[in-house]
Amino acid sequence: MHSVHSIPGGIHPPENKTQSLGKAIAPLPLPARLVLPMGQHIGAPAKPLVAVGDRVLKGQPIADAAGFVSAPIHAPTSGTVTAIDDQPVPHPSGMKARCISIEPDGKEEWIVHQGVGDYTALDKAELLELIRSAGIVGMGGAGFPSAVKLATDKPIESLIINGTECEPYITADDMLMRERAADIIAGARILGHLIKPGETLIGIEDNKPEAIAIMRQAAEGSGIEIVTFPTKYPSGGEKQLIQIVTGKEVPSGGLPADIGIVMQNVGTTAAIYRAVVHGEPLISRITTVTGDAVAVRGNFEVLLGTPIQHLLEHCEFDAGAASRLIMGGPMMGFALENTGIPIVKTSNCILAPSRQELPGEVPAQACIRCAMCAQACPVSLLPQQLYWFARGKEIEKLEAHQLFDCIECGCCSYVCPSNIPLVQYYRAAKANINKHKQDNQRSEIAKARFEARQQRLDREQAAKDAKRKARAEKAKRAKAAGGDAKADVVQAAIARSAAKKASQDPAQAAIERAKSARSGGQPATTPEQKIAKLEQRLATAIEKRELAKGSGSDKLDAFEASVTTLEAKLATARSELPAQTVTTPKAKVPDSDPAQAAIERAMAKRAGGAPSESPEQKLAKMEKRLATTRKKLAQAQAEGSEHVEILQQSVQKMEQKLEQAQRQLAENT
Amino acid sequence: MAFLRVTSPHAHTVQDTASVMRLVLYATIPGIIALTWFFGFGTLVNIVWAGFIALVCEAAILKLRGLPVGFYLKDYSALVTATLLAIALPPYAPWWVVLVGVAFAIIIVKHLYGGMGHNPFNPAMAAYVVLLISFPVQMTSWAAPLHTLVEHPLPPGPLEAISINFGLLRDGVDAITMATPLDILKQNKSLMMEDLWLANPQFGLVGGRGWEWANLAFLAGGVFLLARRVFTWHAPVAFLLTLALMAGFGYDSGSSQSGGSPLFHLFTGATMFGAFFIVTDPVTSAVSNRGRLVYGAMIGLLVYIIRAWGNYPDAVAFAVLLGNFAAPFIDYYTQPRTYGHG
Repeated sequence: MHSVHSIPGGIHPPENKTQSLGKAIAPLPLPARLVLPMGQHIGAPAKPLVAVGDRVLKGQPIADAAGFVSAPIHAPTSGTVTAIDDQPVPHPSGMKARCISIEPDGKEEWIVHQGVGDYTALDKAELLELIRSAGIVGMGGAGFPSAVKLATDKPIESLIINGTECEPYITADDMLMRERAADIIAGARILGHLIKPGETLIGIEDNKPEAIAIMRQAAEGSGIEIVTFPTKYPSGGEKQLIQIVTGKEVPSGGLPADIGIVMQNVGTTAAIYRAVVHGEPLISRITTVTGDAVAVRGNFEVLLGTPIQHLLEHCEFDAGAASRLIMGGPMMGFALENTGIPIVKTSNCILAPSRQELPGEVPAQACIRCAMCAQACPVSLLPQQLYWFARGKEIEKLEAHQLFDCIECGCCSYVCPSNIPLVQYYRAAKANINKHKQDNQRSEIAKARFEARQQRLDREQAAKDAKRKARAEKAKRAKAAGGDAKADVVQAAIARSAAKKASQDPAQAAIERAKSARSGGQPATTPEQKIAKLEQRLATAIEKRELAKGSGSDKLDAFEASVTTLEAKLATARSELPAQTVTTPKAKVPDSDPAQAAIERAMAKRAGGAPSESPEQKLAKMEKRLATTRKKLAQAQAEGSEHVEILQQSVQKMEQKLEQAQRQLAENT
Repeated sequence: MAFLRVTSPHAHTVQDTASVMRLVLYATIPGIIALTWFFGFGTLVNIVWAGFIALVCEAAILKLRGLPVGFYLKDYSALVTATLLAIALPPYAPWWVVLVGVAFAIIIVKHLYGGMGHNPFNPAMAAYVVLLISFPVQMTSWAAPLHTLVEHPLPPGPLEAISINFGLLRDGVDAITMATPLDILKQNKSLMMEDLWLANPQFGLVGGRGWEWANLAFLAGGVFLLARRVFTWHAPVAFLLTLALMAGFGYDSGSSQSGGSPLFHLFTGATMFGAFFIVTDPVTSAVSNRGRLVYGAMIGLLVYIIRAWGNYPDAVAFAVLLGNFAAPFIDYYTQPRTYGHG
């Protein structure tokens, strides 16, 4: 027997699992419409491969992975693509995101697919590609692309298959283990072949005796060991299960692979088996529907994209009796804001509790520091202290008390006698700190930039002074050399300056420039160019973010923020586009011919009567500076320099300034 | 059904602050019965009177602070403070002593420091210390236990207690008070322990007469609260062990210089009451398990030091206040090791 270790804290909420364990996993009739979000996983949303009106076959890829940390999406049944637009998706914020809608034709016509007869003949890369292209992601809740997790080249001591399912109400994994134990074991063997672990363990809580017995039987002779341990929430958390079965702790901020461990959920493992041996991509999953507000409780094989409404109708949902609708369990699930939201790869449960089961929010009382939360915390934090610090926005103390190691399991809130929504405070505090860090970073960059500029100016001034001094001395020496020579020197200087004037007359240059602009040159940036550039930058930023995700970089948040900013900018630029195309010519009407203006400007300058700096000159100067900065930016991007961000910001600023100046000019004239 | 935008967790235990406070109140019942049996109805009279003052003060302050009165009164915290202070007071302390004490505890120590959950000092103990310093005579006249006074073998009944406490029979109070065992021990300079025991009827089997039973009853109440997980064992056990250990060092098997045996210290005075009802006050103690071990041990140490060498016979209130001072400091150095941190 494999020894198990205990974890600190934890709670024993009512399990409420029997309600949904009465029946076998049942199929569901085809819904009228399937809605497939492009982001059903951690990482970049998939890119649609189909167009509205296309007919798709069951299992056909309809969206491809966009980057390394991403996953493709397949048509769950045959039918027609009816829309590619933004729809409400499963997310705590109730947001909308890009989805492909399919109207099933009822024929369930499969695409040609074929499994691999002998996967042991495949090398690691081929096997990983099979898993990746089947769109398999962690089905326990996180949705991390499995192929990315399995691509680790670190030596793996333990492969742990997670069949814990510690959240109350949910029984999807339990039923899967009871009915498809052989699939899970076969999947575990594929994973074993892939990462060559020292041992393969399947962890199951001891409240599932049927599943344990069946799994033990299925695992016989395979060398895979079933490890059971006492039921306690949150034993099924990745970090917690690792601690239970190995006694090791994943270092803060690290990955399980860092300590030689890879973990996969049982559902994911079974899906990997289907993908490799049968060639079937991930197009359905087992979802528990339970709670007192549905009359039919049980587990269903649900096609991805099935609207929850369809599931609820099938289970005779009583909206009047329900206190809320939850996707996931009562501890970590999130409340849904409408029933049109689809089932995705990570949807393990739809919970429709009655008001008696999960009553509404109770007003919070004062914290009395009873420390029941600290007793319940599975990662040994001091939740009551974090709460006080979060309320006081004491960022340093929050970090010193390891706020970022909080796994948001909800144990503290569950036990709090004062009904304080502790986890909510921590989420808000984490978001605040991340924002604060970004602001700090930004001001650091600005400071560095300012100081660098100051240094450069000083340097230039010093160089200028030195030159002047040298010239003065030279002149002095020449003067001392005598009268004859002097005349020659003066003559030479005059000739030199004339030559210089001929070749480098700025006015002449300006005239030529203006002429060339008139003859077909474009203004420096059209809005279209700007948008294209923004798009390009957004793509780069997304790629970087995914890279950061893949490597678990701590700059992830920064990248994330830059992606959102860029998206916002792009949106504004797009929305401004029609307006601008109208206004641009209008603005140009007064000085209808910029070239003419430039010529006049240059002439005036040559005549010597121009003001020290006319707005037009200012504009030209700005354009020049912008061009230089752009060049620098391109170079920095090519070199992957760390100044890219600074340069990008300055380009933006200049663009803004330029635009402003143009507008001003138009108004003045 | 409303589609609420609520965040996890959705489930919650049935336990709330009021139920925790009620449990604490229930757990004092055995101790109150023992005190009443041995020292008469004075304590009960004080509890009722103190509870009334506490509710009035709490309601008034809540109203002044603009907080919902009913919502906060229902958490029973004012009643707990009042009950604990009333238990600590001498059973026949005059009514105005109780009034000053409870008002000070609720208005100043609790609410002026921020109210429920924000007070750095234990309200009952801070009020006790204020009373002890302000009214030393009234605060050190403890009732004689059952069957120790020849002319007054039975302690006062309910009516007698009310009339004594509310000043109608104030002169009678001297007739029913005696030095407590801790007083006697403190004054003793010449007698061996055995002789001291024989010379004074206030001593019982191992501790003070009556006191030892009251302590046992409070211990029972404490064990009940432990079993109901209202608090953890860390602070009370550290407190009792340290006190016993110190007493062991100071006990030279009974010379006239002896400080009393470990059992005597455990079952006399406010030891068990302090261990399970005062040291365990969550608001004013250290927060982590390790912190509570340190906190309890520190108070145990201070209790013995003050009992043995201080000016006051008992020391729980002073020791707890000093512990309250140190709690944030203890917290700083006893933060538990979080998962994933070496």
